[in-house]
Amino acid sequence: MSLLEVKDLQVRVEEREILHGLSLTVNPGEVHAIMGPNGSGKSTLSHVIAGKPGYEVTGGQILFKGEDLLEMAPNERAAKGVFLAFQYPVEIPGVTTWNFLHAALNAQRKARGEDEISSPAFLKKVREVAKSLNIPQDMLKRGVNVGFSGGEKKRNEILQMALFEPAVCILDEMDSGLDIDALRIAADGVNALRSPERAMVVITHYQRLLNYILPDFVHVMSKGRVVKSGGKELALELEESGYAQFEDAA
Amino acid sequence: MPAVQETVERVRRIDVDQYRYGFETLIESDKAPKGLSEDTVRFISAKKDEPAWMLEWRLEAYRRWLTMTEPTWARVNYPKIDYQDLYYYSAPKPKKTLSSIDEIDPEILKTYEKLGIPLREVAVLEGVEPPPGGPPSANRKIAVDAVFDSVSVATTFQKELKAAGVIFMPISEAIREHPELVQKYLGTVVPTSDNYFATLNSAVFSDGSFVYVPPGVRCPMELSTYFRINERNTGQFERTLIIADKGSYVSYLEGCTAPQRDENQLHAAVVELVTLDDAEIKYSTVQNWYPGNSEGKGGIYNFVTKRGDCRGRNSKISWTQVETGSAITWKYPSCILRGDNSSGEFYSIAISNGFQQVDSGTKMIHLGKNTSSRIISKGIAAGKSQNTYRGLVSAHRKATGARNYTACDSLLIGDKCGAHTVPYVEAKNSSATFEHEATTSKISEDVLFYCIQRGLSQEEAVGLVVNGFVKDVLQQLPMEFAVEAQKLISISLEGSVG
Repeated sequence: MSLLEVKDLQVRVEEREILHGLSLTVNPGEVHAIMGPNGSGKSTLSHVIAGKPGYEVTGGQILFKGEDLLEMAPNERAAKGVFLAFQYPVEIPGVTTWNFLHAALNAQRKARGEDEISSPAFLKKVREVAKSLNIPQDMLKRGVNVGFSGGEKKRNEILQMALFEPAVCILDEMDSGLDIDALRIAADGVNALRSPERAMVVITHYQRLLNYILPDFVHVMSKGRVVKSGGKELALELEESGYAQFEDAA
Repeated sequence: MPAVQETVERVRRIDVDQYRYGFETLIESDKAPKGLSEDTVRFISAKKDEPAWMLEWRLEAYRRWLTMTEPTWARVNYPKIDYQDLYYYSAPKPKKTLSSIDEIDPEILKTYEKLGIPLREVAVLEGVEPPPGGPPSANRKIAVDAVFDSVSVATTFQKELKAAGVIFMPISEAIREHPELVQKYLGTVVPTSDNYFATLNSAVFSDGSFVYVPPGVRCPMELSTYFRINERNTGQFERTLIIADKGSYVSYLEGCTAPQRDENQLHAAVVELVTLDDAEIKYSTVQNWYPGNSEGKGGIYNFVTKRGDCRGRNSKISWTQVETGSAITWKYPSCILRGDNSSGEFYSIAISNGFQQVDSGTKMIHLGKNTSSRIISKGIAAGKSQNTYRGLVSAHRKATGARNYTACDSLLIGDKCGAHTVPYVEAKNSSATFEHEATTSKISEDVLFYCIQRGLSQEEAVGLVVNGFVKDVLQQLPMEFAVEAQKLISISLEGSVG
């Protein structure tokens, strides 16, 4: 069984169709890159998989481990192992990062019928995870993303990814707003989390991210459809010739 | 459905009907005849067995009140109050004079039990750290004065307080037993002519708490008063007077609840605080009067005058309030910074939901030299409520070196509520330094979705964001009450908070 199966997905936002029948199959251990120009529907796909309100699915389906994902509430999807690393992580003033992570982890565990994790046990765990990713402990004490640099925000996303141990990670434009050093650090974090059980869907506009996170498959999106799929060499091809060649294909 | 929309829906469905303290206690009561006249004032004064000077004081206020008109400047709307259609005095009918707590009507004791307020003299919380500088006792005690409708029914820990020299008793008793103190201070912070509601209170107040902390004494425990309006059509007019003599310290907390009723009930209290040289009063309020139902029917009209006078040098008054109840709140706990180097603080969380209207804030009047004040206000509006911060910071000509810092933040949940900030700032000398910051934000769908994507439910997400928003103020409450307040905030923000 595939981990994630998107079949002929059609999505509207306020009467306008954004995705016109998109299909994608992701198996455990695979890293898929989804590339495409602005407005091609990449972010819409990530939001619909995660269950962000405001999108109307008019056709097709999304299966996660064989279950109908679209029937599940967004927090249920999270508990089942769907993780979205946000392009623009939000700030939550007054809520410390470690408090937030503790509450979220316990909510997920509760939803799965597992025992809640105590504060001391959690603190130990989160410290270990932060250490393994070279994330300073200090970040845990600060308000969620408050005053974080672009790079810190992305590292906080990766920290959460490591902590929640999801089955599938959707990385939405992870490279936006990062300089080359921050990008490398973030990519190292992602690479550390690759495993034979876990799949990643890396959404990006630019090829440069794929220099650091090597994908198994590359899909090119244009105007709400996947217009071409291939291996990692496809990304390099795009870098040279641009998206224009696919505009007509769509 | 978009997340915020869903929150609004939920607010509409459940909201204020979740009020947990809406039960009524069936007891016989002794009431004054309905309506207000000189006779009502005489009746109350006679019931309280008051000396002549007190009756005169009340009558003077009553005559003054007749010449006044109800203020209309606040951003609140309500039908005209018929002051002749109210009862001004209601007391649980005593079988005989009470000499111990065991003689209190068991129904009333049950009421306080339901409210979670211990009237028995037990150490309330064990193993709680004493406040900084507090006595290093293992058990932290809280003395409670319970006011039921118009009378105080019990005051705990009398003996221990007495040993420390602290007077903590119903004001009706203080008028008889400590007339010299009451006469010296009553009405000196909020004069009988102060404002329409304060003047009304001066005429008809029935009970409340009186605290006197002698020079150099640090009150050995938290003092608290719980107010409960039970009777139908009854106004509660409590009067609280707290005096911290030179170099003393006291922390005082009041809590309030009322049954659910379709008609509106009037609550017009006056609180006066006085600090002499080097003294400090910390006054915390958790106000949870019945807010009315989801259609905006019923609820308490809360018109309260609270003021502290930092009369002495280096004295300090700190107000902390968590306001979640009442249909209408009209309340501006203020500080008069008269003594040189005195300081005032105001920390407020005001939450409105359903059809609640809140117009609340503070006044910091800088009169002395090098006085300082700090205002942190957090307003949260949900449902169809209106939430206004109204504040005045002023520095007198002679108040050189006056400093103020004000931060007013408003948080909106949904799109049918309103938050308003009305700051007045007056500096009459050039050496004053006043800072004012204000923000208004909404719990955005993006923030909620972020939390929900991490596994939190909608309710948990809203709760988390709100608690983060009010954190600075919650930290000011005595620890055990901070926990209570946090729960209360969750309840009053309807089902959208877990």
